Amino acid sequence: MASGSSEVEEEEQERMMLRDRPEWADVTPVPQDDGPCPVVPINYTEEFAEVMDYFRAVYLADERSPRALSLTAEAIHFNAGNYTVWHFRRLLLESLKVDLHDELEFIERIAAKNSKNYQIWHHRRRVAEKLGPDARNAELQFTKKVLSVDAKHYHAWSHRQWVLQALGGWEDELDYCSQLLEQDIFNNSAWNQRYFVITRSPFLGGLKAMRESEVLYTIKAIEAYPENESSWKYLRGLYKGETTSWVNEPQVSSICLKILSSKSNYLFALSTLLDLICHGYQPNQDFRDAIEALKIPDLDTQDLDIASMICSILEKIDPIRVNYWIWRKSRLPQVA
Amino acid sequence: MVNCRCLTKVVCGFDFAILLHFAFLAASFLLRLVVMVTVCNVSFMAMFTFKMGELVTDKHVKYILSVEKRKDDFESVVMEHLRMNGAYWGLTALDLMGKLDVVDVNEVVSWVMSCQHDSGGFGGNVGHDPHILYTLSAVQVLALFDKMDLIDADKVTNYIVGLQNEDGSFSGDMWGEVDTRFSYIAICCLSIIHRLDKINVEKAVKYIISCKNMDGGFGCTPGGESHAGQIFCCVGALALTGSLDLVNKDLLGWWLCERQVKSGGLNGRPEKLPDVCYSWWVLSSLIMIDRVHWISREKLIKFILDCQDKEKGGISDRPDDAVDVFHTYFGVAGLSLLEYPGLKPIDPAYALPVDVVNRIFFKK
Repeated sequence: MASGSSEVEEEEQERMMLRDRPEWADVTPVPQDDGPCPVVPINYTEEFAEVMDYFRAVYLADERSPRALSLTAEAIHFNAGNYTVWHFRRLLLESLKVDLHDELEFIERIAAKNSKNYQIWHHRRRVAEKLGPDARNAELQFTKKVLSVDAKHYHAWSHRQWVLQALGGWEDELDYCSQLLEQDIFNNSAWNQRYFVITRSPFLGGLKAMRESEVLYTIKAIEAYPENESSWKYLRGLYKGETTSWVNEPQVSSICLKILSSKSNYLFALSTLLDLICHGYQPNQDFRDAIEALKIPDLDTQDLDIASMICSILEKIDPIRVNYWIWRKSRLPQVA
Repeated sequence: MVNCRCLTKVVCGFDFAILLHFAFLAASFLLRLVVMVTVCNVSFMAMFTFKMGELVTDKHVKYILSVEKRKDDFESVVMEHLRMNGAYWGLTALDLMGKLDVVDVNEVVSWVMSCQHDSGGFGGNVGHDPHILYTLSAVQVLALFDKMDLIDADKVTNYIVGLQNEDGSFSGDMWGEVDTRFSYIAICCLSIIHRLDKINVEKAVKYIISCKNMDGGFGCTPGGESHAGQIFCCVGALALTGSLDLVNKDLLGWWLCERQVKSGGLNGRPEKLPDVCYSWWVLSSLIMIDRVHWISREKLIKFILDCQDKEKGGISDRPDDAVDVFHTYFGVAGLSLLEYPGLKPIDPAYALPVDVVNRIFFKK
């Protein structure tokens, strides 16, 4: 169980049942209305069931008191998923005018064990909203902590995006993305955040302004790990709405050629080249040579145009998606 | 199988005069053909089952019923606030396996109704606050049992309409959490009770499209990472509002089929582990945009079947992990979408058996 909270100090010593605590003597607990079968609980469940019985009592009485607040903390420690308890806790925070900085700390302790929980993140957002721009650094720190344990944590990223847009802090975000990508270049969430920053940060000038530097960055990433789905998609995304620029950008076609020539991890290089051709790119003989040098077995490349050749290769090297590549072949622009 | 098809073609090619002349011979030939086709089908099924593994339906039914009955262990106490979701998962899975009749209808239905609030919304269990999540599950459970007449459609509609925001998005409850999951839930629920016109559909669609990413996928909010669960919600909502033309089906279809990993399972985002629940989120999305043939059906079936606990019943997120009702439902639903024999067909947008959806829309 969590430690360090003054509200649940009892847990560090032997926990006392609520029915034995004098400050709760005036309350009649309300049992769960579940049906006729009586419950035979084990001890742990008995403690939890008792907390919920007392919670129901204060909830139904709408008792807005410090002991009720304390009780919601106990209930949350047992079960952080119970949204009704969080709901009532929010009402209590309002009525009792609790210092919300303390609440941020409470949430952090709960999140340490329960981070994949919608209620915690939603509650955190409500509290941060109330604190306003003051909460900015705390929120960026908090999400950073969670992401240091799980760099793809969907809730943490969602919360972080909200913080940036509502409270600010864009200045260091691109660097943060770079750090995470250095740790794991395959982190799709970090690539997504990178795109989020370059397209939305008020300090960076937008996608077009960032394109040149980002293309360089992405090409480097592709060279290092050409089997990385995220980096190829990111490269494409840099030319959103400007397909012609993407087709005509020499760096794009040349990275395809480079990877093909390396004869290693060339699946996305092939599929990108295919996409380029379908948008009007006309590959020179170097490409054809590089593809033939792959020496794919059982492939009759003699009369095939390069796009059909690519599709045939992809059918072979990505067999789980053979139907997709067959479909791509059927949709190729007709060769004159 | 191929031989059977060829023989069928040969029979149809017979000259009519010859057929008349040799009517007796033709009749007996046809009889033999029927027997052969049947034998072919049976041996295909046997081969199918042998190759793919078996769905231990009876064990799963037993497992689901045992979960519904259990109230005293830690897991069920901890999950009691989302019992409405659990009911939907368990009961829909039972219905897909043709075993809904083992449940006491009246007990379930009266419990569901006792979770409704004056606002029209349903809570996750008795004594829990209303939330859009449990409102949909409640309506879906009532639909399973053909008890739609118990629903005060206006009341439920008021609750949901009240949750739509200025920008077209939906909140989960009075506390204002926004997520495209809630857009799907609102649209699905209102569609089932024939009140879709009561929300601002245009704005709802606009908001969903604002969550479309450059990879063709959708996130929870604008700019949020594409995620198979969110994609299901957005594609489902667009399907139910007749707005699928706004989806780049080829681009999204490729993103979705890229979710299939070597083991045959599906993940929810690039470079993540496969999980049985994505058999639903990814698969239903692919079906709704007519691109399901882009994944390997056999490999996915094998993956789902490998996630079964063949002794105790139930399905887990990946092979050899602990089972739960959530993954049992998604595994069975995924197999239904893949037309695994012995399961009722399921509607990919409503996430209800097709006969239930037909009853909703075509019953007088």
